[in-house]
Amino acid sequence: MNPFTYERASDAPAAIGLAKGNAVARYLGGGTNLVDLMRETVERPEMLVDVTGLPDGIEPRADGGLLIGAAATNTALAADSHVRTHYPLLARAILAGASAQIRNMATVGGNILQRTRCRYFYDTAAACNKRQPGTGCDARDGFNRYHAILGASPACIATHPSDMCVALAALDATVHLDGPDGPRSIALADLHRLPGDRPDIETELKPGELITAVEIPPLPFARRSTYRKVRDRASYAFALVSVAAALDLDNDGTVRDLRLALGGVAHKPWRASAAEAALKGRPATPESFRAAAEAELAAATGLRDNAFKIELAKRTIVAVLGNLTGDDA
Amino acid sequence: MSAQSDAAAPQPALPGRWQPAVTQDPMLRKHGAQGYGSLGQPVSRIDGPLKVQGKARFAAEFPYEGLCYAALAFSTIARGRITALDTAAAEAAPGVVLVMTHRNAPRMKAPSLMMSSPTAAGASDLPVMQNDEIHWNGQPIAVVLAETQEQADHAASLVTADYAPLPAVTSFDEARKTPRQLDNLLGQPPVVEIGDAEAALKGAAVQVDQIYRTPRHNHNAIELHAATVAWTGEELRVHDASQLLDLTAGQLADIFGLEADKVRVSSPYVGGGFGGKCLWDHQILACAAAKLAGRPVRIMLSREGVFRVVGGRTLTEQRVALGASADGRLDALIHTGIVAMTSHNSCPEQFTFPARHLYAAKTIRLAQEVADMDMLANTFMRAPGESVGTFALECAIDELAEKLGLDPIELRRRIEPDKDPTSGKPFSARHLIDAYDKGAERFGWNHRSPTPRQRRGGEWLIGMGCATATYPYHRFPGGAARIRLTAGGQVTVSTAVHDMGMGTATAQAQHIAARLGVPLTQVTFEYGDTSLPRGVIAGGSTQTASIGGAVIAATEVFVEELLKLAGNDSPLAGLSLAEVETRDGGIGHCDDAARFESYESILRRSGRDELVCEAEAPPPAEMEAFSMHSYGAQFCEVRVSEVTGEVRVSRFLGSFDAGRILNAKTATSQFKGGIIMGIGLALTEETNFDPRTGRIVNASLAEYHVPVQMDVPAIEILYTDIPDPQAPMGARGIGEIGITGVGAAVANAVYNATGKRIRDLPITLDKLM
Ligand SMILES: Cc1cc2nc3c(=O)[nH]c(=O)nc-3n(C[C@H](O)[C@H](O)[C@H](O)COP(=O)(O)OP(=O)(O)OC[C@H]3O[C@@H](n4cnc5c(N)ncnc54)[C@H](O)[C@@H]3O)c2cc1C
Ligand code: SF4
Repeated sequence: MNPFTYERASDAPAAIGLAKGNAVARYLGGGTNLVDLMRETVERPEMLVDVTGLPDGIEPRADGGLLIGAAATNTALAADSHVRTHYPLLARAILAGASAQIRNMATVGGNILQRTRCRYFYDTAAACNKRQPGTGCDARDGFNRYHAILGASPACIATHPSDMCVALAALDATVHLDGPDGPRSIALADLHRLPGDRPDIETELKPGELITAVEIPPLPFARRSTYRKVRDRASYAFALVSVAAALDLDNDGTVRDLRLALGGVAHKPWRASAAEAALKGRPATPESFRAAAEAELAAATGLRDNAFKIELAKRTIVAVLGNLTGDDA
Repeated sequence: MSAQSDAAAPQPALPGRWQPAVTQDPMLRKHGAQGYGSLGQPVSRIDGPLKVQGKARFAAEFPYEGLCYAALAFSTIARGRITALDTAAAEAAPGVVLVMTHRNAPRMKAPSLMMSSPTAAGASDLPVMQNDEIHWNGQPIAVVLAETQEQADHAASLVTADYAPLPAVTSFDEARKTPRQLDNLLGQPPVVEIGDAEAALKGAAVQVDQIYRTPRHNHNAIELHAATVAWTGEELRVHDASQLLDLTAGQLADIFGLEADKVRVSSPYVGGGFGGKCLWDHQILACAAAKLAGRPVRIMLSREGVFRVVGGRTLTEQRVALGASADGRLDALIHTGIVAMTSHNSCPEQFTFPARHLYAAKTIRLAQEVADMDMLANTFMRAPGESVGTFALECAIDELAEKLGLDPIELRRRIEPDKDPTSGKPFSARHLIDAYDKGAERFGWNHRSPTPRQRRGGEWLIGMGCATATYPYHRFPGGAARIRLTAGGQVTVSTAVHDMGMGTATAQAQHIAARLGVPLTQVTFEYGDTSLPRGVIAGGSTQTASIGGAVIAATEVFVEELLKLAGNDSPLAGLSLAEVETRDGGIGHCDDAARFESYESILRRSGRDELVCEAEAPPPAEMEAFSMHSYGAQFCEVRVSEVTGEVRVSRFLGSFDAGRILNAKTATSQFKGGIIMGIGLALTEETNFDPRTGRIVNASLAEYHVPVQMDVPAIEILYTDIPDPQAPMGARGIGEIGITGVGAAVANAVYNATGKRIRDLPITLDKLM
């Protein structure tokens, strides 16, 4: 770990002021990802601005939506009664991630901006375009079980590892930002980028911009929603594939509306818009679920270790939608 | 460390001369399994309270005046030479005391390979930081000493190197093209042939002939490898995390050219060993750097460092071919294959060992060879050989049972041998079928459908499997024990052995209380320090029996000394060792309750404050005369998702025949721990060794998947508790058998659930989709 200075911000303007114009300053949430990367010398900030003292409230809005302070811990968000009742997929997604200890430290802002778990990204001896643009990608012909099947590029095949973000993407969440040029908002689904030829640029955040809050719009049918994570051990492992889904059925069993997002498959939380479009107005049957899954994964490509994830994603989508169709959902 | 309160008043025991293979341990001869106070009882760990209070001091917790902290920089190529090594930035970094590289390291002799001599402890025989050669990706190229660990870590990250790479063999597929024959397999012949097994296989009515693969594994004990070392002139003090105390001391003395008694190594507490806590480069480098700096040094490897510097279990590719008659007798048993190894170590993962002793077959062919690679020396890891060998063999037995239309337990009943199938020696004790019967009944084996895919709950297919567990009995020669009796009746037994959490100190205190006929509260077991009488290593599940042998010998001296001191004015006058027993805190005539004198009385009358006796264990002749092994039957129930291929072990039962159990609680924990490690072997653990670079990619607990709590179901343990007549205390050692057979039990259950045979571990979900 390289030496750095540490500052604690009391509010957003103070945080932005401290970091402003300092290319080597980073905001610090729970530190569960950033500090690990600093230990590996993958991240080398010279200044950390601790933003855990910023607002962490979880407040229902008048319209039925929810406003979440960026400093809210993952544990607090998963335990929130409004979340558990109105957005069960979000609570389940968070609880499927990391360990209780890590979730106690991790913040909502940090979770959104956590970086890929590609081992070649972590190992400074490896070639990695994300860590060192232009050096190559050791994952492409290496161990790539956890890597992308959708939206990858020749430069990078990494995945975004967050579970929480998959649920947020399904819920059409908005991320509120503040920064040197003032506040703005961006859809969570638009925040993360695909790797293209610049995998080192992971989000649409401008230098010095801070996540202040996440807002979830009301979605009454999200009461019937869930999150399923498929992984290599029963807990404490990143997703091979995960599915966040909410389903709204007509009385006659037709899909009136749905939300579907995938994790573990791409450089960003993957909103499955093609599947959603294919399923709306169709009967809620395994056949139409499968057809929707096929539509979403039509463009998927597999590599040495991860080709199985294409079929796995399809099957998991079908199973999750099937469960939501059942009476016990 | 003193023992805790006694469970029951000790019963009499009989010391008498023990002649291995000729007579039994007198404890067994006189009383059988019963009547030894707390022996066998679930006594809680003596060191438990210290550990939960944080008072048990581990290797990286010993304070020293002027201590500095070490961090390592690692090579990033697998083979070649260092052409430039820039340490200037590291040297200039805050707090740095010095940077040691091959250019300024003290001259040291290379370690000698473990088992090449009685004092050798090297995991490899490469010289350590003595030249510019690189032999594996991750080899230490520099040691940074600094005032704090953080400063050392930072400075180590500033060391840069240039290399002239040489062609390196980092792909197993490449390496196996030029296999190397072994001249021995841990002292056993690498090839065993009885009859013409290939011909018998061809002619057999029913055949199974399959290839099984197991991957590399790495050690991930919770305590990171660590040592605190200090020189005083030509004397070296090492606080290590070790399962190899005396060998480490001897090897370090040899490396640094010191008199053997000038090196003292201690290791009172170890946070998990499993074969990994032996002598690796980090202790040697810490001693060298401490010498160079003239200051004490602490080294604690990072988790990545453990993957780079400490070897793991190597990969295997095994063929098992079984030929059987229609009624389920083996005409041919073939187990052959190859493992990855290096030219600088000798650890061939003896996977053919189980097949040497388990089943009766008319013809047998066993052979293993190695493929040399440019990699870190692989090493022992819980049941090296047996853990992965039983995976292949026991899966093949299951496949054969299915082809024969026999229940797999019934097949094992039919191929149960009456003597050791390859050595022809008699078994000292063998109750494998007993273990199967008890386990099967308790587990509800009769609910298993012989046809796969018959049970399900929702999307989850449910299946059951079983497999044999086995591990050899061993007793290492050369261990000694000292008994010290004080006037107050306190007994202290000392020997330089290890407790890495297994419960050695607790079980041995129980043993000693029983053997000397004193309450557990009056016993102290001293261990973990080379200043004590020479001990044996904690490896190969040998320690308990080895200590037993030494304590028996010391007890004989002790009783004879006491008889001498008792003299003619004692009720014991004229009695010899063979006529007496220890009981009730003293010595008494075996058949005459009235002839008794307490230890205290003998000491008092002879004007002694204490009596100290020491003796070395007799050579392990029992191992020559008998085939001695522990056995077990592992039962597993799994649930496999038909959607995702995810496997969950839903129930597990291990039924063991490991001789007498000395402590029900610590033994059960050992068995369970082995089974949990076996679940990891079956389902999750795999080192990602990049064949392009020879570098381990998942050098982290986040990506190297040991089982977590949710992967582990309730595990039930049964044991026969039948003493082995040839083993000290009747106990055969239990540290490793728990992991054996688990891989196969899980794989066989997966087959029963899904109808899919997975023959390469780990059984990840993609293989079942
Ligand atoms: C062993 C392990 C297993 C894990 N398993 C999972 C898993 O299964 N699923 C999963 O989803 N996650 C998993 N995680 C990741 C975990 O969820 C993240 O580490 C955590 O959410 C990050 O939150 P943090 O507050 O600690 O972020 P930090 O580490 O503090 O920061 C992460 C990044 O966010 C930036 N940042 C933080 N807050 C803000 C803000 N308000 N505005 C702008 N930038 C900000 C930081 O500068 C940094 O770049 C795992 C982590 C570990 C270590
Ligand atoms: S996949 Fe992306 S993060 Fe991983 S090595 Fe390639 S470029 Fe780097």
